[in-house]
Amino acid sequence: MKLEYDASKPIYEQIIDKIKKMIVRGELKPGDKLPSQRKMAKKVEVNPNTIQRAYREMENRKLVETKRGLGTFIKKDEEIINKISEEMANRTVEKFINEMKSLGFNEDEVLEILKNNLEKFEGGVFNGTNSK
Amino acid sequence: MELTASNVVELKNLQKKYSGVKALKGIDLDLPAGKITGLIGPNGSGKSTMLKIIAGLTQATGGQVKVFDKSLNYKIKNEIAFLPEINHFYDWMSIEEIINFTNKQFSNFDTEKAAEITEFMNLKSEMKIKDLSKGMVGRVKLILAMSRDVPLIIMDEPLAGIDPKSRAQILESLISEYNAETQSIILSTHEVLEAEKFFDYVIFLEQGKIKLQGNADDLRRERKKSIQDISKEVFM
Repeated sequence: MKLEYDASKPIYEQIIDKIKKMIVRGELKPGDKLPSQRKMAKKVEVNPNTIQRAYREMENRKLVETKRGLGTFIKKDEEIINKISEEMANRTVEKFINEMKSLGFNEDEVLEILKNNLEKFEGGVFNGTNSK
Repeated sequence: MELTASNVVELKNLQKKYSGVKALKGIDLDLPAGKITGLIGPNGSGKSTMLKIIAGLTQATGGQVKVFDKSLNYKIKNEIAFLPEINHFYDWMSIEEIINFTNKQFSNFDTEKAAEITEFMNLKSEMKIKDLSKGMVGRVKLILAMSRDVPLIIMDEPLAGIDPKSRAQILESLISEYNAETQSIILSTHEVLEAEKFFDYVIFLEQGKIKLQGNADDLRRERKKSIQDISKEVFM
């Protein structure tokens, strides 16, 4: 996984986001093992301490669990996928709403624009991508 | 040498005067072990002076320096690798000769590791210094610093005046050879954009004083800016 990173945000948070996205898309499944911190640091080309912080933070947020001597695993909890999906969807929409607000659109206008754009996608991008 | 100190470097009110000019005007710093620290600052801010004092290559005119919880002495100096900004090699020497020469100087030099990094850096050990580009010489300096099995590596402008390809190779090799469990690195650079993703900790130095310091990701979160942009703000 190559990290397209944005230097204006904490790098460890971007690593967590990337892993979350992989979970939502089904590329990582509950119970899957994550690469060792050292391997991940080489893969992503960042400081190993940053990876350590990302893993520690994911453990605090109950996304992963570390089994002594075995490694770090995505929590075996199917609920987790729904939780992350919802969280990421909310965050995306929030960003969109704030941006529209700052452009001066009101609620009805936002809804209409959204609806028109969704129609454009009908049978297109949205079809057959995410199975959920 | 046992490394139990939680701080690798401690500076208290560190001062340095060169013939009446104050290069460092009271530096206080507690640098936790096991980190890569970026020392950022404009020319003449005192970066080089500060690094040389920590490495024991020049003496402070005031204040205190502790490395691994101890005052500097010859034993401790042997546990610090220093990468100088200047090209300090004899022209006629080959890379192999320099590696052997350095190996004789330092008991903690690892020749096997040096050979590995040489290969990784796309250099041949029979190449002579006089035939190398500035970027290649920069790579040789990094080989020597990273091949020493020491808890503290100090690099004075390892990226200065070096072509982009060599800079990328130097950073890549640095991060892959770095052992966070046993080593700390302090490096000064102007190439903040390229180097910032490797920093755990950053220090912004200006006119002999620390203007700002902190964990790189914490600074990004607090200011919603990259280290590069924060440095523009700090050094207005």
